[in-house]
Amino acid sequence: MAGSASMSVAVGARAAPPATRDAPAVRWTLTAIALAFLALFLVLPLVVVFAEAFREGIGAYLASFDDPDALAAISLTLLTAAVAVPLNVAFGICAAWAITKFKFPGRPLLVTLIDLPFAVSPVVAGLIFVLVFGLQGWLGPWLVARDIRVIFAVPGIVLATLFITFPFVARELIPLMEEQGTEEEQAAMTLGARGWTIFRRVTLPNIRWALLYGVILCNARAMGEFGAVSVVSGHIRGRTNTLPLHVEILYNEYSFVAAFATASLLAVLAIATLVLKSLVEYRIQRQVARASAGAAGREALP
Amino acid sequence: MARIKIVNPFKRRPGRIPGFGLTLGVTVSYLSLVVLIPLLGLVIKTAELSWGQFWGTISNDRVLASFGLSVGGSLVAATVNLVFGFVVAWVLVRYSFPGRRIVDALVDLPFAMPTAVSGIALTALYARTGWLGGPLDALGVKAAFSRLGVVIALIFIGLPFVVRTLQPALADLESEIEEAAASLGAGRVQTIRRVIVPAVLPAVLTGFALAFARAVGEYGSVVFISGNMPMRTEITPLLIITKLEQYDTAGATAIAVVLLGFSFLMLLAVNMLQLWSTARSR
Repeated sequence: MAGSASMSVAVGARAAPPATRDAPAVRWTLTAIALAFLALFLVLPLVVVFAEAFREGIGAYLASFDDPDALAAISLTLLTAAVAVPLNVAFGICAAWAITKFKFPGRPLLVTLIDLPFAVSPVVAGLIFVLVFGLQGWLGPWLVARDIRVIFAVPGIVLATLFITFPFVARELIPLMEEQGTEEEQAAMTLGARGWTIFRRVTLPNIRWALLYGVILCNARAMGEFGAVSVVSGHIRGRTNTLPLHVEILYNEYSFVAAFATASLLAVLAIATLVLKSLVEYRIQRQVARASAGAAGREALP
Repeated sequence: MARIKIVNPFKRRPGRIPGFGLTLGVTVSYLSLVVLIPLLGLVIKTAELSWGQFWGTISNDRVLASFGLSVGGSLVAATVNLVFGFVVAWVLVRYSFPGRRIVDALVDLPFAMPTAVSGIALTALYARTGWLGGPLDALGVKAAFSRLGVVIALIFIGLPFVVRTLQPALADLESEIEEAAASLGAGRVQTIRRVIVPAVLPAVLTGFALAFARAVGEYGSVVFISGNMPMRTEITPLLIITKLEQYDTAGATAIAVVLLGFSFLMLLAVNMLQLWSTARSR
């Protein structure tokens, strides 16, 4: 859902004319309230992760990673993201292409369905895969007969992550490609370009920043998902634990330093995500500004 | 009888962009495999339950208490976010101050931070030994492991929804309208109440609905701070997991269907709000 707001972020404070400007006292008070609220609810929780992680010094912090289960959790998290992100990128591009370049019945319904995973509780998302692949599920007996494990195994974790991160790329691309229209692709066709060439040489350069933005969000969620993965994983140490699940296990065992040390890795990932996201947003804004300036120019022609 | 199609040679039809069949095919197949068929599985599993079984599960006291906490706590959290989210969005859009871009980027932290990390961080902060829990405890307020803790976690998780929905609406306000109101003699408060608030009302309600919907289904950031006492601080998503761990698949399914139905209602509400807002802006 961060996506819906992507275009709006960092809108400059416009210089309001004096008649409509808030009095300085009001301005200062509101700014103070806003900053205090954000400090309380956003900054403090972020700071406390690192404070707790380094509570017993850097030695204890580093020792937390000297654990085969922690390393297994890191590699499973990386594997999950490495499967989920490319699949959802491919899907996102296909969905955005079909939805924005063509008109067909059921188009609004398709857009709504793509957003569906955002509306579903992560726990319910995990449960539906248990109901399909679990022992008492649809395919359960069939899978048992063939000795294939999905639930409480890596495939289940990947499937749940796919579901949760499904909309991220598509919903970044759809509004942008809708805005850009099909004129440039039409022009490329007139010049004799074929499908793949049109995409690679015309469309892709136009959407690359939004695509990158979607990838960043998708990746952050894929690595950080907890609820859905928790339901399907079975919490088998060293086998089906992703980083967030490893944090939970350590925490519940009262290994607080190790839990927060592992959590600090994920917090660094979150901060990196925010920084990259801001940088990419800046590029997208410039691109949108250019696109709308171009559109205005075309309309001005007789 | 063969029909003769008359083509006007001077009206050049734009060629069709290729790839419709391929991309739509991939989209619909992948959507079906990953999202629709598994969701359908939940519905079919529910249909296997008898009405008495279904009703018996969801009218159980413990389940009803969890609905009350999840819905009630989410309403309180979304209301708090409505007030403070409005102030934050207003300050970020209207005022300029050093570090504004950093503050703006930080608003997305609850999206970017894995919920398990947020959960243990909030618990460490609000537990009796924590930076905020200690002073609160001295005042006689128990924050962590109480309903207040649940609300705190839900405020954290819902904030970006309100701020990010409001920001574009506030930025789109034409300053001319405010100027007109001011030049007609409206005071600042009157301008805000009669001009600005009605204009951004759809965005306000959308942000509220998104924050509320997310909070009802939230799991990771809540389970650590809530203490998970049945009847008192047990949220509905946790109860689903508890039922699953007790191999009560039918019970888990029944509760999940209620939660899913609620999600659909909220999705519908948000879509209606969006239609309303586009209709108004035309």
